[in-house]
Amino acid sequence: MSDVAPTRARAIALAADDGGGRASAVEVRGLVKRYGELEAVRGIDFDVHAGETFGFLGPNGAGKSTTISMLCTLVRPDGGSARVAGHDVVAERDDVRRNIGLVFQDPTLDGYLSAAENLRFHAELYGVPKALVPARMQLVLEMVGLWERRDSLVSTYSGGMKRRLEIARGLLHAPRVLFLDEPTVGLDPQTRSSIWRYIEELKAAEEITIFLTTHYMDEAEHCDRIGIIDQGRVIALDTPEALKASVGKDRVQLQVDDADAAIAALRDRFALEATIAEGHVTVAVAGGEEFVPRLFAELGVPIRGVSVARPSLDDVFMSYTGTTIRDAEAAGGTDPMLAMMRGRR
Amino acid sequence: MATTSTAPASKVAPAPPPVRVVIPPGGLRADLRGIKVVWQRELIRFWRDRLRIVTSLFQPLIFLFVLGGGLSHIASGGTEGVDLRTFMFPGALAMAVLFTAMFSAASVVWDREYGFLREMLVAPVRRGSIVLGKCFGGATVASFQGILVMALAPLVGVPYAPLMILEVLALQLLLAFMITAFGVMAAVRITQMQAFMALMQMIVMPLLFLSGALFPLSGLPRWLAVLNRLDPLTYAVNPIRVAVFRQIDLTPAARAALLPGITWFGWQVPLAVQVLVVAAFALAMLQIAIWQFRRA
Repeated sequence: MSDVAPTRARAIALAADDGGGRASAVEVRGLVKRYGELEAVRGIDFDVHAGETFGFLGPNGAGKSTTISMLCTLVRPDGGSARVAGHDVVAERDDVRRNIGLVFQDPTLDGYLSAAENLRFHAELYGVPKALVPARMQLVLEMVGLWERRDSLVSTYSGGMKRRLEIARGLLHAPRVLFLDEPTVGLDPQTRSSIWRYIEELKAAEEITIFLTTHYMDEAEHCDRIGIIDQGRVIALDTPEALKASVGKDRVQLQVDDADAAIAALRDRFALEATIAEGHVTVAVAGGEEFVPRLFAELGVPIRGVSVARPSLDDVFMSYTGTTIRDAEAAGGTDPMLAMMRGRR
Repeated sequence: MATTSTAPASKVAPAPPPVRVVIPPGGLRADLRGIKVVWQRELIRFWRDRLRIVTSLFQPLIFLFVLGGGLSHIASGGTEGVDLRTFMFPGALAMAVLFTAMFSAASVVWDREYGFLREMLVAPVRRGSIVLGKCFGGATVASFQGILVMALAPLVGVPYAPLMILEVLALQLLLAFMITAFGVMAAVRITQMQAFMALMQMIVMPLLFLSGALFPLSGLPRWLAVLNRLDPLTYAVNPIRVAVFRQIDLTPAARAALLPGITWFGWQVPLAVQVLVVAAFALAMLQIAIWQFRRA
């Protein structure tokens, strides 16, 4: 990479304080958070390796935002411990803060200031050495394609531009860990993919660990490793490939008029447990394509359509939680952290 | 010339060592930086918002020229020959500061609404420095408004006297600081802009009226005199009035009627003590605001 863009690599080469080791960027041990009666995070353990892109996947209300808030020192854990960039999130709060960049779901920019002024504010608040600020600012703004617009007031920016600016700002002080809480939520597909392009470029150029949360399965594919969180527990953690391989079965979805009869027939004739997901009778089966002809021959319930899909992260999610992420959300999970933030606004 | 060899184009100078971005540890310098940058932002925003500069001026001007001008005839018996507008001028100076400082504190509510508060709360600086920056910012912009009103002095028969300008400016800074701290304290708990503005109006207007900004403190009914002594604004308005009236010729009778001073159970409170009361109040408000902010 360095020979492709030597100046950039040089300008970004970073070194936060050397207090932490190189092994784990994030270490979580038995982390707990309660909101009254509700246990939002129920004693989770995981490590994020330095330099990897780690995705935290789960429906709204699963405890993603609460966990990320604890790692960012915004919320105090009720139990367990967490170290980020080598520092304890409770005892060494400011050391953690100096070493992380944050991009929230909700905008946190000042619309009355220009992009450059927002960045200067941030640089000064974080104590980025004065001499480095102009180069660093140009670098991060060029990275997200906003250098030309740096003197425009942020209130004139579109939603996608604001999110890009937030990412640029999160990187300004050269953090060792960048936290992205739903970085693409509410953005159009084109902007979403451009955000992912910036993240990929960033990975190529900087030595940085990225910790992100998402409930878009397709986005989780960009991650080196994924942790699936559901109802406050980490229920699976591996590379996307390994997780998909662990499912081992294809997903067959049937469009039928009588779903109950179809489920009963699948149980009786094929010994398969089917569920309803996204309005379709869904069943996981090895060798899905070969299964379809048997299905038509033996099911005995009229079928209007069939689709077969290779295991996706959706299936991974489903095999671990028994529901698809969209259905889990439709069931009305409420994230207490989110609800709290909203309540306070 | 043939012996001179040109350097091969491909040869590249050794790359300079990487620019290391090392974020310095926290401590006093980080906190001072935090105060400064929050203060600067308040100034930039104020300067951008020209409409706010105009609207905040509107209220004191209305009071001074419309109310003061309109009532001057019926009031002339009680002011011992002093124009009511001249009498109300120190009150207008306090008022200009009051409303601007209140709006500055309201920015905490806006900042929460638009999320910017979080950007500040997650920074590696102490929350106290953010509160201090806000209060200094509010005090600065409010004093700027105060200067604008002060520029009207000749229109109400008060000369531009350097000493008066300095004294009034210092008092305005202190008053604005107190109001901003009070507003920030309230804004931590109140998350709705409407509720905040309503509360501020509910508290600030009575405080303003009770302070004697618009009427002399002599001959008040007893209950009003008690409320007046409890109002912290009283101790800012009176010194401003003393500073202004020092510059105009007053008959002894007018001085006695318009500048009776403040008494506590018959004891004439010295000016220095009055200023101390304001300062103590400002510090108490600041302390509570910081404490609230830490818990938020």
